[in-house]
Amino acid sequence: MPKLTVDGIEVEVEAGATVLQACEEAGKEIPRFCYHERLSIAGNCRMCLVEMERAPKPVASCAMPAADGMVIKTDSDLVKKARNGVMEFLLINHPLDCPICDQGGECDLQDQAMAYGFDSSRYAEKKRAVKDKELGPIVKTIMTRCIHCTRCVRFSEEVAGVGTMGAVYRGEDTEVGPYIEASINSELSGNLVDLCPVGALTSKPYAFTARPWELKKTDSVDVMDAVGSNIRIDARTGEVMRVLPRTHEDINEEWISDKTRYAIDGLKRQRLDRPYVRKDGKLQPASWDEAFAAIKAKVSGLAGNKIAALAGDTVDCESMTALKDLMGKLGSANLDCRQDGSKIGGPRASYIFNSTIAGIDEADACLIVGANVRAEAPIINSRLRKRWRSTAGDFKVGIIGEKWDPTYKNDYLGAGPDTLQEILDGKNDFAKVLEAAEKPMIIVGMGALSREDGDAVLAATRAIAEKYGMVAGEWNGFNVLHTAASRVGGLDLGFVPGEGGLATNDILDGVAKGDIEVVYLLGADEVDMSKLEKAFVIYQGAMGDAGAQAADVILPGAAYTEKNGTYVNTEGRAQQGWRAIFPVGDAREDWAIVRALSGALDLTLPYNNIDAVRERMVELSPTFASLNVPTRAEWTDFGKAGDMKSDGFVSPVRNFYMTDPISRASVTMAKCTEAFVKDAAAEKVA
Amino acid sequence: MSFIDRTARSFLLAELVSGMALTLKYMFKPKVTINYPYEKGPLSPRFRGEHALRRYPNGEERCIACKLCEAICPAQAITIEVEPRDDGSRRTTRYDIDMTKCIYCGFCEEACPVDAIVEGPNFEFATENREELFYDKDKLLANGERWEAELAARLEADAPYR
Repeated sequence: MPKLTVDGIEVEVEAGATVLQACEEAGKEIPRFCYHERLSIAGNCRMCLVEMERAPKPVASCAMPAADGMVIKTDSDLVKKARNGVMEFLLINHPLDCPICDQGGECDLQDQAMAYGFDSSRYAEKKRAVKDKELGPIVKTIMTRCIHCTRCVRFSEEVAGVGTMGAVYRGEDTEVGPYIEASINSELSGNLVDLCPVGALTSKPYAFTARPWELKKTDSVDVMDAVGSNIRIDARTGEVMRVLPRTHEDINEEWISDKTRYAIDGLKRQRLDRPYVRKDGKLQPASWDEAFAAIKAKVSGLAGNKIAALAGDTVDCESMTALKDLMGKLGSANLDCRQDGSKIGGPRASYIFNSTIAGIDEADACLIVGANVRAEAPIINSRLRKRWRSTAGDFKVGIIGEKWDPTYKNDYLGAGPDTLQEILDGKNDFAKVLEAAEKPMIIVGMGALSREDGDAVLAATRAIAEKYGMVAGEWNGFNVLHTAASRVGGLDLGFVPGEGGLATNDILDGVAKGDIEVVYLLGADEVDMSKLEKAFVIYQGAMGDAGAQAADVILPGAAYTEKNGTYVNTEGRAQQGWRAIFPVGDAREDWAIVRALSGALDLTLPYNNIDAVRERMVELSPTFASLNVPTRAEWTDFGKAGDMKSDGFVSPVRNFYMTDPISRASVTMAKCTEAFVKDAAAEKVA
Repeated sequence: MSFIDRTARSFLLAELVSGMALTLKYMFKPKVTINYPYEKGPLSPRFRGEHALRRYPNGEERCIACKLCEAICPAQAITIEVEPRDDGSRRTTRYDIDMTKCIYCGFCEEACPVDAIVEGPNFEFATENREELFYDKDKLLANGERWEAELAARLEADAPYR
C-alpha cells in the first residue's frame, strides 16, 4: 500500500491506484476529461496534470501509478499554468456554440473552462470542422465539438462489447467515430451520451427539448426489465423529458439500457386518461362512478370462483397487494402474476437471482439456460462481460438455448433440454468446466421456465446446481433471470393461485369453458386476448394496448413515472421509486383505484394511505421490511423432476426494443427496431 | 406694528401682485412641458421599452432557443419551447412574454448571445385588455420587423460601452 503526500496531506492508497485517485483520497479535485472510473486509462486529454517532486515536467495523474514516497502538488503555480495551457489548447478547435448545444449547463468542458480557462481567445486562425457521423436513432453527433477524450471508444469496446468506434487520422485531423458508417448496434449505446464530457454525442430524441436547469429531478426505479436499474426521471411542466441512470454499484453501476432511457416517449401516446365502459359493443367515455357501477352490476352476486385477476409485467407491488386483498374479499383464489404461465413460484430461492448481480463479479463459470441475457437484461449481460474481461477470459460461459451474441467468449452447448440432461449426466465438456470452478453459477431464463415442462426444467437446473456445487456455504449460484419488473414482487406477495385457484393458462381456458365470467387485468397486456372474449374484462392500466382493446370497463391507472411504487428486482431486492409527475387526465394511482373500487363494492379494504398499504406488504412478505437489500433465500427442494421435451428453449424477448405497452407505443423504440432489429433480420436472409 | 403691516399688505393685494409677477416672469422663460403625444422627450439608446425579436438581414430569425433569457428573467415572464426545425437547426416553437409580469430590467437582452431579444424604444403599447399584453412569438417578431432600423441604430450606438 503506497503512501504519498498530496499538498502536504499524507494518504495511503491501494496498490495499483493512480495518482489521481490518491489526490481524490486527499480531497483534492483534479479536472479531467478522458479519465473515467469504469473505463480503462487513456491519458490523452492532459487535463489532470499535477506537479510531482523530482519529475522534470508535470505528470498526467490519471495514468501515473501511485508509488511510495511521491510528493504531489495540485495547487502550485506550475499546475495552474499547465491546466490553463491545456484548456486553451482544447478550446482552440472547440466551437463556441454553447447556446445551441444540448450539453450546455451540464458540460464538463463548460464547467472546467469557467475554472481554468481564459476569458477570451488568443486564437485567430481558422477553426477546424468535422463531418458529423451517423450513429443511429439514439445518439446525435456534432463531431466538431469532440475533444478526442476517447471515452466513447473505450466504452463501446470495453463495456458494450461492440468495437465499432475508433479514432482515425492523426493530429489535428483526428476524427472519432465508427470505423465504417454504421449505427452502434448495442443496447447500451445511450450511455455514450452520458459519458461524452462535451456535446459531441447528445441524445437524439431529447434534442433541443429542455435545459438541465429547468428539469425537476426525481429518483425512481426502472420497470422495463427485471433488473430494477436505478434511474433519475427529469421532468418539466408535467412532462417526462428524459431518464438518466443513478449510480448503484450492486445493480446497474452507472449504466442503463436504451429501452430504460428512451421508451419514456411512449408515455405520451396511447394513454388511458379517463374511465371507459363498453356500451352496445363500443367503449364509451364514462365517469369513475359509472365505471364502478358497471363493475358492481356484474360482480355482485357472482360466486368468487368465477372471478379471476391477472397482474401485468410493470405494475407496482402496492397495487398488487390491494388487488390481492380485494380478490380475497370477493372470495376468489384465481389470481396470477405470471402472464407467460412460467412454472415458478415455489420457495423463494427457486425464483430469484440468488448470487445477486454483484455476485457475478466473484463467479468463475456461468451456464446460461434459455435466456438471451443481452436482450432480456442488458445490464446483467454487461456485468457478465465485465467479469469476463476482468478475468482475462478465464470466466467460462456456456449457453444453452437459442444462439445469440453475448459480446464475450462463450461456448454454445446446445438448443434445449437434451443438452441440459447431458450436463447433468456429466457427458458434456462444459461439465468439466463447472466441476473445476470454485464459484460456478447458472442463469435460468423464462425461455426455459415458461414451457409446459417448466417444472421438469427447473428440477433439472436445480440438480445441476446441486451436482456442481453451485450452492455452497455463502455462495448460491442458482439464478433465475426474470423479464418482468413486477414478477418477483408478485411472487413474494403471493399473487399466485390460492387454494383451488387457477393459474394463467387455466384462467384463459376457464373463460372459454364459461367457468370464469369476470377477468380483472391489472396492467396485463401479454396474454392472448382472443381467449377472453366471453368474459367481462376489467382493464386497469396506463396504456391503451391489447388489454384495453379487449376490456369492458377501463380504469385509467398511472404509469411508473406517475406514482410512488415499490418494485422487487430479479435479485429479490425491494426498491421504491418516487412520483415524478402527476397522472394524466382522470387517471389515478393504481392502489387507490382498487381501494376506491372496494368501497364501491361494499368490501372496503382496510387502508387509507400508501403507508398502510406498505404495512400490509410487510405483513405479506418480509422482503418489503427492508428496502434495497437482497435478502438471502433458504435453499430448499423445488421443481418436479420429469420428462423434458426435446424442442429448444426460445427466449420470450423477440425484440429488445419492444417488450411492454410503453415501449411498444414509443416512437424512439420503433425507430430502433427499424434500424437494428430489421437489419439483423435482413442479414440473416442474406 | 406687525398688525399695521399685515393690514396694509392685505388691502394693497401684495400677495396677489407678487404671484402675478411670478406668472408674468415665466411667460418669458422657455417652457419645460412638451406637447405629448405630438412631441416626445429624448430617449437613451439604453432605454428599456417594449420587447422585440430581431431577424438577420437575410430574414432568418436570430433566436436560437438557448433559453438563457428564460433562465435569467427575474419575473419569470418568458416561456420558451423548442424543437429541432426541419433543417435540423435549433429554433423556438413558442416564445411568449407576459408583459404584465415583466419588470423591464433588461436582463433578457443582456443574456442573449445573438442580440435576438431586445427592449426597444417603444413605450406606447398600452392595451384595452390584459390578453393583448401576453405577447407571443409572432407579435415579438412583428415588433422586430417594425422597429429594426431603430433597434440596430441603438445597438450600434451603445456598442462601444458594452
